[in-house]
Amino acid sequence: MKGKCWKFGNNINTDEIIPARYLNTTDTKELASHCMEDADPDFMKKIKAGDIIVAGDNFGCGSSREHAPIAIKAAQISCVIAKSFARIFFRNAINIGLPIFECPEAAEHIREGDEIEVNLTTGEILNHTSKKRFKFEPFPQEMQEIIQAGGLMNFVKKKMAVA
Amino acid sequence: MGMTITEKIIADHSGLKEVHPGQFVYANVDICLGNDITAPIAIEEFEKAGISKVFDPEKVVLVPDHFTPNKDIKSAQQSKILRIFAEKHHLKHYFEIGRVGIEHALLPEQGIVGPGDLVIGADSHTCTYGALGAFSTGVGSTDLAACFATGKVWLKVPESMKFVFHGKVKNWTSGKDLILYTIGKIGVDGALYKAMEFTGSAISQLPMDDRFAMCNMAIEAGAKSGIITPDKNTEEYIKGRFKRKPVMYYSDPGCNYAKTYEFHADEISPQVALPSLPENTKPVEEVSGIKIDQVVIGSCTNGRISDLRIAARFLKGKKIHPSIRLIIFPATQEIYKQALHEGLIEIFIDAEAVVSTSTCGPCLGGHMGILADGERALSTTNRNFVGRMGHPKSEIYLCSPAVAAASAITGKITPPDEIIKN
Repeated sequence: MKGKCWKFGNNINTDEIIPARYLNTTDTKELASHCMEDADPDFMKKIKAGDIIVAGDNFGCGSSREHAPIAIKAAQISCVIAKSFARIFFRNAINIGLPIFECPEAAEHIREGDEIEVNLTTGEILNHTSKKRFKFEPFPQEMQEIIQAGGLMNFVKKKMAVA
Repeated sequence: MGMTITEKIIADHSGLKEVHPGQFVYANVDICLGNDITAPIAIEEFEKAGISKVFDPEKVVLVPDHFTPNKDIKSAQQSKILRIFAEKHHLKHYFEIGRVGIEHALLPEQGIVGPGDLVIGADSHTCTYGALGAFSTGVGSTDLAACFATGKVWLKVPESMKFVFHGKVKNWTSGKDLILYTIGKIGVDGALYKAMEFTGSAISQLPMDDRFAMCNMAIEAGAKSGIITPDKNTEEYIKGRFKRKPVMYYSDPGCNYAKTYEFHADEISPQVALPSLPENTKPVEEVSGIKIDQVVIGSCTNGRISDLRIAARFLKGKKIHPSIRLIIFPATQEIYKQALHEGLIEIFIDAEAVVSTSTCGPCLGGHMGILADGERALSTTNRNFVGRMGHPKSEIYLCSPAVAAASAITGKITPPDEIIKN
């Protein structure tokens, strides 16, 4: 994962990520077209595929709407790095396979426009602009199993087949 | 080491003698819930996975309450997905409009959830049922799809935080004010991933409707759940509603809390949360006089019968301020009918309020009362995020029904005791 960073503050909520007025559809392309609209109305005009969202504390707080991580994923954002995530957003991201990383140091240090690379094998975030490196904690084993299965439904299907 | 009420419920639903915070479990779910926004994605995921049957048609609940009565063609298509799925899988608890209510008022009222249950819902305010002594938490659509298939949910056992409210709530202070005050103290991520346990003499005296309002907003502090130990008020409430055998859990003496807060209820005034986070709380006296355009009374937080009775006490024989639009939406059909029976609806109409059907509509800026650019709402709902109720440049102040009704009369934020000395 490598891309340009777009920086947001603390408590970015699901109403900002995808306002409820657009929740009358599950069409991923349509949801993506409104991604982050109430936090930055020009967001979708500025980004390109592979870019990264970097945010402060409690990213994704508010509603349980899975449309939020779906909109981000469908906008082709490669991953989200934050100081912390709200819990329903966190589990939704794991369940649908949107890569997210909790790394307070990186989220503090990274500036908008920095070129960032995330290395999953080494558990490192490399800032190509500032040349700094940050370590992030790997997910617990149980969550990794869900991620490796390609999301919760694939994981469930595998489990049901075994049973 | 003793266990908290939350740990006990999770352990019993996971087939374990005990659980510890941080532990991963696959818990059996008593009730799982989806609505017209979240269930379409769950149904799509469930069907994509090629699973033919839901785990138990009596335990899957679908409530089309957000954009209903359907506001446009797209939302009608979403409700249709729920209707077809409910029919196909013979779901016992599907609520067509006419029977529908706002899910978190409806499920307790209909006795679908009760003490000791483990409930998940693809709606963040699912934490409401903690007021009954249940472990209840919001999840996403894919979690719901997996639960449709397996009847289970993956959970990390949360640490518990204890909030003790000493004394007695004072005039016009309600459960809504206690939770706004708490969020103001700890912040919107102050209980992130944790179970909030509310206790103390003020809570014991608190009516069930107020307890629902408190647990409802646990998510607004980032919590996984909110919970209150069941007592005689709980037993009274579930009588004649809840048909399964309730299991009353309680926290052991000496169990572990990540943190304990002690508050004195007598010192807590009615609260107002200023834009644009629920943590921006102030006592109503300090924000008195702020001009407003729209007042909203209702929602899964404060659309219950006692909320409407409080509003009616203020509005009886009065007219709202000419510059105000007052929208009142009873949370369920049963509440609506009760309000009609008690003459509350007539009081509201005579005061020149508009009374809407049960819907989540205005609370999330869906329909039935959207705000324009620069407008300001005072609302008994649960979130005042940017753009939540309409235009991104509109503003929302959160409060209790007493503050909302008093302010509708004056046209500006008003302490309730300026209108009625209680």
